[in-house]
Amino acid sequence: MYTQMSDGIDGNPNAADEREGAFNARLDRAVKIESPDWMPEAYRKTLLRQISQHAHSEIVGMLPEGNWITRAPSLQRKAILLAKVQDEAGHGLYLYSAAETLGTPRDEMVAALHSGKAKYSSIFNYPTLAWADVGAIGWLVDGAAIINQIPITRCSYGPYARAMVRICKEESFHQRQGFDIMWTLAHGTPEQHAMAQDALDRWWWPAVMMFGPPDSESVHNEQSLRWKIKLFTNDELRQKFVDQVVPQSERLGLKIPDPDLRWNEATQHYEIGQVDWDEFYRVIRGDGPCNRERLQARIDAWDEGTWVRDAAAEYARKHAARSVA
Amino acid sequence: MTTPFLDARAQYVLRLADNALVLAQRLCAWIGHAPVMEEDVALANVSLDLLGQARLWLAYAGELEGAGRDEDALAYHRDVREFRNVLLVERPNGDFAATTVRGYLYDLWAHFALSELARSKDDRIAGIAQKALKENAYHLRRSEDWLVRLGDGTQESRERTQRAVNDLWRYTGELFLGDDVDALMQSRGIGFSPEALLDPWLERVRESFSTATLEVPADAWMQRGGKQGVHTEALGYVLAEMQVLPRAMPEATW
Repeated sequence: MYTQMSDGIDGNPNAADEREGAFNARLDRAVKIESPDWMPEAYRKTLLRQISQHAHSEIVGMLPEGNWITRAPSLQRKAILLAKVQDEAGHGLYLYSAAETLGTPRDEMVAALHSGKAKYSSIFNYPTLAWADVGAIGWLVDGAAIINQIPITRCSYGPYARAMVRICKEESFHQRQGFDIMWTLAHGTPEQHAMAQDALDRWWWPAVMMFGPPDSESVHNEQSLRWKIKLFTNDELRQKFVDQVVPQSERLGLKIPDPDLRWNEATQHYEIGQVDWDEFYRVIRGDGPCNRERLQARIDAWDEGTWVRDAAAEYARKHAARSVA
Repeated sequence: MTTPFLDARAQYVLRLADNALVLAQRLCAWIGHAPVMEEDVALANVSLDLLGQARLWLAYAGELEGAGRDEDALAYHRDVREFRNVLLVERPNGDFAATTVRGYLYDLWAHFALSELARSKDDRIAGIAQKALKENAYHLRRSEDWLVRLGDGTQESRERTQRAVNDLWRYTGELFLGDDVDALMQSRGIGFSPEALLDPWLERVRESFSTATLEVPADAWMQRGGKQGVHTEALGYVLAEMQVLPRAMPEATW
């Protein structure tokens, strides 16, 4: 689904290094960096963190929507949602594979998620309280994800860029299914319309926060931009999102919950009110409404699956031994 | 064609629909919680296939019934006593062993049942069965594969799997127990004899269980009633969860 733009860069690249010069030259010529290529350790670590965070977000992101698969209100909606959540599992696997090309096995990344060391997108720490939330997630969260991810298809690291091409195609379908749910609800009974508005009210600001802290506070923007891991700043991407979503909300007949929202004729952009960054940092620190539940659900799945994985490994071991014998 | 015949055919198709629907509903609860991520994908796949089959069967059952009920009316606005699935598919997911064993026992029965239905004189039934049979080939390969790995894996996995077999075995008898509806459908060349599937099914079960180092339970009383709408207590909760929204807002479209 989406990764929060990675902040934090490890180490300090040594620009004097000759290999680094060649590396930078490749970046300048827009030649993709591939897994066997030399790369600065800080570049590797930053990428690993970003791609694994992205993978974790896909996997944790299955939970809030998965919460509604059993209760989807029509068989067609159920099939579509099931397929969508399945896509997310696929994206997770795909991204873990891309991250593994940087030399870290999946189990290690998953262990870092479970220990709380690795992060995932904070948006999934909000609860899905009504069916309309599934629509709002598709429309807003996947909408934001696409805006974040399309530039990544052109990022400097080949495996990540290529993974993102396919993922973006599927995200675009996800976004449309979310909008379609919202459309149906917004044009349904008064009760359904209210459900859609309530979902927008609760998901709007968390979605706006998905692009990460404002550029003025995002100290690592610059390095990631230079490495072409990131192609636009947080605020640039956020602006695209707002400009895209506001007219869509008007078509839906739903109201964005921001009294300060206005169109700026001079800049030809929408301007939004003050984002509650305290909430953003609070949820990242672990005090969002569902942080504990989400992580515990993943840990439980892993722990309760241990005997299954052990059985498969033991079976493989026994049969490998038998075929040798 | 007489009305009782139409009724019987609608009932017959509804049984096929409800088997697929209830098992799909059970399986989709796993998504996000599977023992390995690859299994989240696989379980979603099987659930989606079964849901697709259920929709085709339900649409046809609704047409045969002729009362204007579409797939959603049938899925969301019938109560426990009106559901016609076999008891096996409504049994709880339990652990991964229980889900695997339930899946295997059903998939293997469905393999034989769909193979028969693929030759039905009712073209619509034959068409749906032929499509479902292709999907079933993967479901069965996967569930049999897991059955063998869990049975012949560790001591813990064998114990869990054998326990699941012992718990679920009593729900398999119903799969091979015909009634008037089955007899009528068979006599018209539309359906098959459930009893005739037992021997080939049991033969394959013995083979798989032997490979999986599992024991086939001794003959015992077999529970029954699902096909006639007398279910286990488990189904009420499945339906309560599945049907909550359309029941709460019956005037809404989704």
